[in-house]
Amino acid sequence: MITFPLPARWQMVRGTVIEITHSLPTMFYSHKKSMGSSLRISGISKTFGQHQVLTNVSLQVEPGEFVTLLGASGCGKSTLLRIIAGLIPADEGDVALDQQSVAGLKPSQRNIAMVFQNYALYPHMSVRDNIATPLLMSRLGFWARQPMLRRLWPGHRAILQSIDEMVCAVAKGLQIEALLGRKPGELSGGQRQRVALARAMVRSPAVFLMDEPLSNLDAKLRVQVREELSQLHKRLGATFLYVTHDQIEALTLSDRVAVMDHGRVLQCDTPKNLYQKPANLTVAKFIGTPQINCWAMQVDAMGRLNQGEWLLQGKLPLPAGSKVTLALRPEQIHASHNPSHFDQEVDVRIKVKLTRLENHGPEWIFWAQPMTGEAVTLTVRASTQSWPQLAVGDPVWLGWMLQDCLLFDPQGQRLDLELTPGSPH
Amino acid sequence: MPNAQLSKPLSTAWLGIGMAAPAGLLLIILYALPLISLLVLSLTNYELGALDFQWTGTQNFQRAWADPVFVRSLKNTLLYMLIVIPGGVFFGLLVALLIHPRIRSRSFYEVIYFLPVTSSLIAMATVWQFLLHPKLGFVNAALKAMGFAEIAFISDPGWVIPSLALIGLWQMIGFNMIIYLAGLSQIPAEIYEAAAIDGMGAGWERFLRITWPMLTPTTLFVVITTSISAFKVFDTVLALTQGKSESEVILYAIYLEGFQYFKMGYAAALTLIFLALIVVASSLQLLKWDKKVHYA
Repeated sequence: MITFPLPARWQMVRGTVIEITHSLPTMFYSHKKSMGSSLRISGISKTFGQHQVLTNVSLQVEPGEFVTLLGASGCGKSTLLRIIAGLIPADEGDVALDQQSVAGLKPSQRNIAMVFQNYALYPHMSVRDNIATPLLMSRLGFWARQPMLRRLWPGHRAILQSIDEMVCAVAKGLQIEALLGRKPGELSGGQRQRVALARAMVRSPAVFLMDEPLSNLDAKLRVQVREELSQLHKRLGATFLYVTHDQIEALTLSDRVAVMDHGRVLQCDTPKNLYQKPANLTVAKFIGTPQINCWAMQVDAMGRLNQGEWLLQGKLPLPAGSKVTLALRPEQIHASHNPSHFDQEVDVRIKVKLTRLENHGPEWIFWAQPMTGEAVTLTVRASTQSWPQLAVGDPVWLGWMLQDCLLFDPQGQRLDLELTPGSPH
Repeated sequence: MPNAQLSKPLSTAWLGIGMAAPAGLLLIILYALPLISLLVLSLTNYELGALDFQWTGTQNFQRAWADPVFVRSLKNTLLYMLIVIPGGVFFGLLVALLIHPRIRSRSFYEVIYFLPVTSSLIAMATVWQFLLHPKLGFVNAALKAMGFAEIAFISDPGWVIPSLALIGLWQMIGFNMIIYLAGLSQIPAEIYEAAAIDGMGAGWERFLRITWPMLTPTTLFVVITTSISAFKVFDTVLALTQGKSESEVILYAIYLEGFQYFKMGYAAALTLIFLALIVVASSLQLLKWDKKVHYA
């Protein structure tokens, strides 16, 4: 008799079959809250051809934490997610789940699930089969899941039934039970999103990887599903790593946000710190809409800041000639008709003229230049309630607190300095 | 103005008819009229060049089933199809699957496999005739070198149809491959990524659960086009055997009756049978497949 050496993979699959049939009773699934795994990414680099996509990226995600990779398209965030999932190999660096390196493990062996931007549902399968697929593949051995042979496999009926119970339980949790018999093509975007989530949840992974899962939903639905995702994260207790280019999603959902740019993590911190204490100018500019005001300034002999003829109140303990960038969020600039009366406390006041105006419903966004005529633009937000009338050319007084100003060195790193009051003249 | 109200729907109807008329007229001239004249011819014993003819009713059709040449041509065509259709689909898909992931060499292989499609089969038939020649041919030389007996591929009645089918297959594979390549590139990369995460990222599972079901519309198209071109096999027979060694196929039988023996009435009847078979076979395939085909 001729015997063929079995490929290693088949032997492994065989091993799984035996193991699974032995552990039948423990297979039944429960929706108990369990802590997710910790995820450690260390020194990941990746190059596609000539293009360096990721440069020495390191990130630590705690068990059960919701961390978002935030960045403009092309910053490498999706590539990083795929490296973690094992879909793309990294050139350098390591990914570890619960301190165990997953390098060399196939995506399906990593105890992760992924939700894709276009949902990536199997269009030829019913919703039920879509959700059941990950379980079918992991619970049934190679021969037991082949179309003709599976009937011969001992115990496959019990396994299939337990899979179906899990599918129903998950579908019930996401309120898509009624859709189980349909094909993905017959579903709306929001429904597809839920099916994709169900397919990810059904295997109760330690880590959920989400690649812009909301970007294909319309704006109203996005807000709703965002809230549901947040609830889901609390309910499951799993670790979530979420990729988005939408800072609102990132800031509202996450425990921490890693801001990425050109293949590097610029800062990984809580939403509050990202907004209040951005590590560098790029992060400061990326977080917040409209973009933060930035003015390149020079420190004069008396420690005052100036740009050309434009002097700002406030002094810095820096040598004369030092260059700094002063940044101030539009929402921290207050507007008033009267320099002596601001609704909020301010210690800097200047008179400006409106150059551009946008009505956003509850608020105005306007751009203004100092009356003294310097080529400096300020972006300001003002409530439409307190400013029923505004027009381009209007004179307005603006004021702010010196402590709200952020200072960055010429390399863009934030200086841990505060402006102290000082006369501009 | 009641008049205007009345005439309005009428004029839209005429407008519609007028708009559709050129296309409709062309359809009638190009398709309906030839078909009708074929039907009329098939009921006569008209011979090309003859001055008159008699109506013979269904005699031509009855004669066809008793005609040993025509019956043999039906059997030969069926055997040809049984080899070329599964083979063409299988190897077309196989080649497409093998060269689809290639990045640099893909276009090279595409050209190689597509070459037989672009070249004239009449011209290539001479090459095949040479290759399959019992004394001079490379194939028999190779067979003999391996210790097998010489095979008269073209002149042995048992071998001639499989040999012709092999040549037909050789030509079909490239075409089917291109169609399958197009089908393969329609499958989104994200689906394969999801499949990898769900544990079917490679090999047989990926093919069985993702690639093959998602290629069903392509396969339906490939099966029908392959069937039709296999059904219409003619040029290799004309070039290589001229119907010798019992190698007649349907089109060759029609060609003989119509253009060699000038029996236009009988040829018309055979043509109608041929058309009916194509329509029935294609509709059956559509019916059988349509439920299983997944249209994205």
